[in-house]
Amino acid sequence: MSMIEFKDVQKYYGDFHALHDVNLKIDAGETVVLIGPSGSGKSTLIRTINGLEEIEEGQLLVDGFDLHDPKTDINKIRKNVGMVFQHFNLYNNKTVLENIMLAPRLVLHRDEAENKRIAMELLEQVGLADKANSMPAALSGGQKQRVAIARSLAMKPKALLFDEPTSALDPEMIGDVLDVMRDIARDSDMTLLVVTHEMSFAKAVADRVIFMADGRILEDSSTEAFFENPTEPRAKKFLSQVEHH
Amino acid sequence: MSLFEQNFSVFLQGFGHTLLASIFALVGSLILGTIFAIMQVTNSRTARSIGNIYVQVFRNIPLLIITLFFYLAVAKVIKMTGFTAGTIALTLYTSAFIAESVRAGILSIEAGQMEGARANGLTFGQAMRVIILPQAFKVAIPSLGNQFINLVKNSSILAFVGGLDLMYQGNIVAANSFDTFTTYIIIGLFYLVITLPLSYYIQHLEHKLKKNA
Repeated sequence: MSMIEFKDVQKYYGDFHALHDVNLKIDAGETVVLIGPSGSGKSTLIRTINGLEEIEEGQLLVDGFDLHDPKTDINKIRKNVGMVFQHFNLYNNKTVLENIMLAPRLVLHRDEAENKRIAMELLEQVGLADKANSMPAALSGGQKQRVAIARSLAMKPKALLFDEPTSALDPEMIGDVLDVMRDIARDSDMTLLVVTHEMSFAKAVADRVIFMADGRILEDSSTEAFFENPTEPRAKKFLSQVEHH
Repeated sequence: MSLFEQNFSVFLQGFGHTLLASIFALVGSLILGTIFAIMQVTNSRTARSIGNIYVQVFRNIPLLIITLFFYLAVAKVIKMTGFTAGTIALTLYTSAFIAESVRAGILSIEAGQMEGARANGLTFGQAMRVIILPQAFKVAIPSLGNQFINLVKNSSILAFVGGLDLMYQGNIVAANSFDTFTTYIIIGLFYLVITLPLSYYIQHLEHKLKKNA
């Protein structure tokens, strides 16, 4: 069953055509990596999936809900689709533990003891149990991002969206965050969509790679096929550029 | 200081009314101001317009005119004393300024805080209440402090509509004793009894929050 489905989706910012005839189907449980040069529409695409950006035309089905239908309650989708941001977006006025427990309490009305147990388990999983009572300002970028991942996981979502999760991190912090993401891809049956420039991560984890440029999906292939033998000239050029870094 | 002693109970009654009007208006304008600030940052065009019109109307008309409007016009329909009319006018007038302070506070919070909360499943109202407003108020405290101090001083508007406040009582004492100078010195000191602790408390709050940040 497909978890996310784009059908002829168009998205504009004024005159700028941000998403151009996007057709895409992601099955439940798949791990898909989305790559492309900056300004290609990757972030815009991923942000339409949980309604942070609206689409102008076409159909976007997420977990059975039609996002373009005004009657759709976006909060129902967000309950099941988590997002991890480039700049973490942790709640600055809440402790690490409260960051994780807040949405399950307010949205899922999870029992308080159960909520705390799950939150501590998740902090354990991302290696930050000792930071439970710290404020976000006291954490490094890499630690913030691992807390943000734990916060998303606490909702027990069906799908998790990663919008350039390591792009704002110092190089020595990236590994820890990618390790956590790798474990999630391996151990869970969540649908994962990851916008990233980390090619080694894509090669190791992705079932499929999607290449975007100028608001269009130019290539959609299995990971192996994409890296061994990309068909699109622009994808070839992009790969040679990022791999020479 | 026989003038002070002779009229002590009158001054005290005025002080009580000023304090009461200030507390009512402070709480009321903080609630109203916050509501209109939120209306101005929502996605709804209608809510934004209503919030904007409200703020522009009450911010740009002299407080005296708003007070007289309630005392002379509204009081004809709904019976109210000068004290009530003055306090309502003071609340509405101040709430427009508070709405601007709170709105500036909200806009100073990075958009990522709201996005993070919404993506996490919180409604707009929950995100506002639990994440955005607590941070916005921290930013707005110095400016809110100014509004509160202005509010206490502006409560002297009650004297125009027989509001029994400090200024009203002072006017009476001054007229009866012919000692205007001493009377208004005493009245001024009574205002300081409210405004100085208020200023001090706001400074204290500011320092405390700075340390926590």
